[in-house]
Amino acid sequence: MFAGSDQMCARLGRLTDRISCRHFRLMAVFLFWAGTARAEALVADLTNHLIAITTGFTGASVVLFGAIDGPGDVAVVVRGPDRDVTVRRKSRVAGIWVNSEEVIFGNVPSFYFVAASRPLEEIVSPSIAAFYRLGVSNLDMKPEGMVPPYLADEFVTAFVRTQQHARLFPNSLGKVNFIGERLFRTTIEFPSNVPTGTYLVQVFLVRDRDVISGQTTPLVVSKVGIDADVFGFAGRQPALYGAIAVLTAMVAGWLASLPFRSA
Amino acid sequence: MDIYLPIAEVSVDVFVLLALGGAVGFLTGVFGVGGGFLITPLLIFIGVPPTVAVASSANQLVGASVSGVLVHWRRGNVDFKMGYVLLAGGLAGSVLGVWIFTLLKRLGQIELTISLCYVVLLGTLGALMMVESIRAQLRLHRPGVRRRKLHQHNWMHGLPLKARFRRSKLYISTLLPIGLGFVVGVFSAILGIGGGFIMVPAMIYMLGMPTSIVPGTSLLQIIFVAANVTLLQAYTNRTVDAVLALVLLVGGVIGARIGSRFGARLRGDQLRLLLALLVLAVAAKLAFDLTARPSDPYSIVWEKS
Repeated sequence: MFAGSDQMCARLGRLTDRISCRHFRLMAVFLFWAGTARAEALVADLTNHLIAITTGFTGASVVLFGAIDGPGDVAVVVRGPDRDVTVRRKSRVAGIWVNSEEVIFGNVPSFYFVAASRPLEEIVSPSIAAFYRLGVSNLDMKPEGMVPPYLADEFVTAFVRTQQHARLFPNSLGKVNFIGERLFRTTIEFPSNVPTGTYLVQVFLVRDRDVISGQTTPLVVSKVGIDADVFGFAGRQPALYGAIAVLTAMVAGWLASLPFRSA
Repeated sequence: MDIYLPIAEVSVDVFVLLALGGAVGFLTGVFGVGGGFLITPLLIFIGVPPTVAVASSANQLVGASVSGVLVHWRRGNVDFKMGYVLLAGGLAGSVLGVWIFTLLKRLGQIELTISLCYVVLLGTLGALMMVESIRAQLRLHRPGVRRRKLHQHNWMHGLPLKARFRRSKLYISTLLPIGLGFVVGVFSAILGIGGGFIMVPAMIYMLGMPTSIVPGTSLLQIIFVAANVTLLQAYTNRTVDAVLALVLLVGGVIGARIGSRFGARLRGDQLRLLLALLVLAVAAKLAFDLTARPSDPYSIVWEKS
């Protein structure tokens, strides 16, 4: 198991910077242990821990399934790698639309998904929802620098709308379905433009409007195959990559002109 | 059939890309312009990030121009000496252009600058070419028309460092093509294009080169300017998608073959009228986009992780 995980680490290490090998191995051990050890209040797993972006990639869906030890509700949050984002707003200057204002938000999830077995406001109190960042309105985006709150709110709204349009943020709350009283499942959809990196899938067991148990599972989105090699090469050897791109284009252009000889 | 583009990080229909490359290749073949001014906005339109669209179309231009030059060269329609002189100015200009590009990108005003440059450049050139080609058409229909001089000399042609460009039948100052190359180089880097649509009219009207020599010579210098832009973008921004460029090329070479045969059958003034119309149409579209209320006044940019 560890030889395999080392190999996987080496691959992941190139592609992700959010998670160190040590952490990954610890987490793998923890998951393994958590899955087999004594009865937990909540156990959950994904049908797939790696989303491989290949040439034909048009998006993917991953099923999260699990069980709880008694009655209760389940909420699921998936967060893509955090990044800084600049949101700009255009306004009309001398008849032309110009980017005139910008607000920078630090550490914003590049992907966000939330699902629950019932509407969030019915199962958790607002303060709990805010603490666990349940729901798009609880992302707690903080602008950098001095920005008046009303202005920051407008930019947050615009950011969320843009992400929803790109299908990277949900338009509505996803559904966690129960099969009987204990078993649950939900489907997480990833569009073709899904950002790469390490995702965190958080599952919460909710009783009496409070989170009483939780589990976090990593999910890796990475490019594999020729595409990953091209991407990796372009990042590691940019000058050589550029030169090869130019030469390839030149050769292709030369080949393309050949049939004219006979014409 | 969808294909995943490794650098652009999006999936697009491969046939849409082929058709796009084909249409632009056709224009390359007919007019000798690289078509970058069309391919970049079209790529953005189908969902490729603007930075990747700019860099990858430069990569595509390298291939398209090579095949174009070879075709024109076999017909003897390339003035190599003129091409190299233009290129010397072009490389120097692109260094300044890249510096301006970086500055504007940091200020968040690069898209606006690009659009404004396009509107002003394309609008002016399109209008001038339109007027000229319509006049030429009228002159043809007048009986007893006198044969014009090979080209008109103006004060610029008399600047120092005069040299003979045999293929173009010109004896003019070298400073003129060097200066033209420099200005086009600056715009090439900022607009992410080969600059053919500025170069072609300038070669005809400013330098006074014969129309038949212009496309091949213009393409010759575009090869190197586009290669330079590709290398710079790959190195500094890592936005060159070679897969995207290659698919566009496949479509492009087919289009260019058809285009260059089509172009050979047209008269010079007809060619110019068509190009003028095309240039004006793009300018009008861009001007409309700048002044019309945007569908969403907000835009987001992720920092590189």
